[in-house]
Amino acid sequence: MKSLFFRLGKYSLIRAVLLVLAVVIAVYLTVLIANMGGEMDNIRRAQIRYNVGMALGGDESIRRLPREQQLEIIDREVQRELERVGMNRPFIERSFRYLWVALSLDLGRAEYLSSDTGSRQVRTILLERLPSTLLLFATAEFILFFMGLFMALFLSRRYGSFLDKLTIALAPTSAAPGWFYGIFLILIFAALLGVLPWGGFAQPGLTPGTLAYNLSVLRHMVLPLSAIVIGALFASIYSWRTFFLIYSSEDYVELARAKGLSSQQVERRYILRPTLPPIITSFLLLIIGMWTGQIVLEMVFRWPGIGQLYFQAVSMSDTPVIIGVIVIYGYLLAATVFALDFVYAMVDPRVRVEAAGGGR
Amino acid sequence: MGQLLARLRGLRRYPSMAAGIVIIMLFIAMSIYAVIAIPYSQAISLWRGGPGQWEVIPKNASPVWFDVFTSDSLSRTLVIGFGSGVRTDEPIGDGMKRVEIALPFRYDYDGFPTELNLFTRTTSVTRATVLWHTPDGRTLTLQEDRSLRMGDQTYYISQDGELRDRLAGMPPHQGLFADPEDRDRPLKGEYRLVVQSELAAGDELDAQLVVYGEIYGTAGTDHRRRDLMVALLWGAPIGLMFGVLAAIGAQVSTFVLAGISTWLGGKLDRAFQWITQVNIILPVLPILIMVGHFYSRSIWTMLGLIIALNVFSASMLTYRAMFLQLKEAPYIEASQAYGASNFRIIFRYLLPRIAPTLLPQFVLVIPSFVFLEATLAVLGLGDPSLPTWGKVMNDAYTQGSLYKGFYYWIAQPAALLMLMGIGFALVGYSLDRIFNPRLRTV
Repeated sequence: MKSLFFRLGKYSLIRAVLLVLAVVIAVYLTVLIANMGGEMDNIRRAQIRYNVGMALGGDESIRRLPREQQLEIIDREVQRELERVGMNRPFIERSFRYLWVALSLDLGRAEYLSSDTGSRQVRTILLERLPSTLLLFATAEFILFFMGLFMALFLSRRYGSFLDKLTIALAPTSAAPGWFYGIFLILIFAALLGVLPWGGFAQPGLTPGTLAYNLSVLRHMVLPLSAIVIGALFASIYSWRTFFLIYSSEDYVELARAKGLSSQQVERRYILRPTLPPIITSFLLLIIGMWTGQIVLEMVFRWPGIGQLYFQAVSMSDTPVIIGVIVIYGYLLAATVFALDFVYAMVDPRVRVEAAGGGR
Repeated sequence: MGQLLARLRGLRRYPSMAAGIVIIMLFIAMSIYAVIAIPYSQAISLWRGGPGQWEVIPKNASPVWFDVFTSDSLSRTLVIGFGSGVRTDEPIGDGMKRVEIALPFRYDYDGFPTELNLFTRTTSVTRATVLWHTPDGRTLTLQEDRSLRMGDQTYYISQDGELRDRLAGMPPHQGLFADPEDRDRPLKGEYRLVVQSELAAGDELDAQLVVYGEIYGTAGTDHRRRDLMVALLWGAPIGLMFGVLAAIGAQVSTFVLAGISTWLGGKLDRAFQWITQVNIILPVLPILIMVGHFYSRSIWTMLGLIIALNVFSASMLTYRAMFLQLKEAPYIEASQAYGASNFRIIFRYLLPRIAPTLLPQFVLVIPSFVFLEATLAVLGLGDPSLPTWGKVMNDAYTQGSLYKGFYYWIAQPAALLMLMGIGFALVGYSLDRIFNPRLRTV
């Protein structure tokens, strides 16, 4: 048992290191893209100028000077500060500094956006929006995974039945992303029937933490959750059902049946277990694709998460926030991959035996 | 090749495949029609709009087929154009003449018009009086001695606040048509708008009245009076082109690179796996948005970037697994034994063998790229000049079409997108069942 934990730990550690490296590279690429237009430089310069201005503004002796002289002093100080932080260094050197700035989300002040508490710090704005995104996305993925899994298993037992055929026929609906169904859901349930809210996080005026508030949040989650699930459910059921069908025709399953094990036991021990690893892999790829679709979904439902924040930042050209959100998405994707890698290692005996045999 | 044809001949057993092909064919036909009926440059200039382009078309009008589903007949646009009015010129001495232009029209609809504009055109600065005659014989003075600039001028009757007050607060385009007995319904019959003016003998005056309707065209119009049909038609070729090119660029390159790296193995193989691992972590949509925001929103930039970001996609791992299995096949060993070059083995023996499995995958990713283009457009990052489905949805969304009840605006492009997606997906899933009866190992 001890060696099992050791192996799992070693496997996870190696995966974590690889993923951290991947995030660093991804963010570095982002920095390079963003800097092609000199945007990062502009952020830094503006930030330095602001800091210098604030610092000198508090100085009585400077405040009494005429305006031109004040500006001159500020310019000189800004120049000195730029040299100090290395803005006059070659780009390669600076790009690594930016990498650290981006990775630590130390992006300074947003240009236009502010957090609900009034802060203009990019980090505060991002971290304030993160929980609502995680709440929606995690709930949706949870529902999607278990609903898909059970329906796939159920249909593999009833191969060729009407329900099975219906699900296969519905698989092409997953060609459209979740936000797309969101528009139709809003049209039907909010505009025409008026039974569910148009969007938003909770009914305004309620105190967070109360039962009424939580119920209101739940009510607001119904449509976005349904949109995410509808957008991916049927294709997942289709492909997972295929996995189940293939694994349930293996010889050892026949043998287990011949031994007289109950069908429930056969399903749990001989079908579900070998099928889970490929299902988890396909689910991982699905989730990665869905993370970015979240931006539009949040915009459509006015869900106050980082996706909506990103949309606002883009429409206001708030560069520090734009870069911050991309970094957050990088982290979220890596965290998702890591979590599912871990689950994969738990269910796939080969990983435990080989202990980090590289790759999936 | 013969094997492939034989397989394709078996398609008749797959009705969903046939349905998918029919849908795709319809879109191809639609694309060809769009490109011929509205040439590229014309489509762009129409969509950009501008003076004289869409003036006589109602704002936010529903498609005409709405009329079929309503018990009342919805109003249509009436244009009583330049030169079609009844003119009377009467000399009044001093080299002057009195001009009267009557613009009669018959109004037979149950719904009110949505707007009312009077366009005038004169060759000199002058003044004009505008009168309104209703079918039941009432006469209203809309404007007394309104000054007219030289050239074209528009009198926005609907926005005339003073007139609105005289009509008991009803917007003029409703108040002027309202039945005095029942103000909620328009009075049907012959209306007449009269423009009276005094001009120098050599000068000209002409007028055009536009009564904007509730319905217009097969697809309706948007907030800038543009006929949505232009964008709905042109969305088909753009969507198809984008989806197919992105799929070719991304899938085929991934496939070929996976084949090469798996066969050669070693450092190249490991490097490719590494790049893939990093690439999976890259948040594609945010990067696309960032590039669109900082540099260019051109559809070609986006296409190139999408392909570049998808070369080392997760399919690389899938293909690698397949190639690894195939690498051990006896016929590959045999080809090595007779001294076939790496190039020959990869491009003659490895790739063609797995290519059929690429086909379903290839067809299935097309809609995801079509939707990606729409997603970018919905986010306001569509190509600035091209009329696409996503851009119509973006307009509809930002103009609050759902709140205002203009469902057709968002539903039509959405339905077309959906149909295109389903078309490709139907074909893709059928191909999947034909070519891969057994599971592809992931």
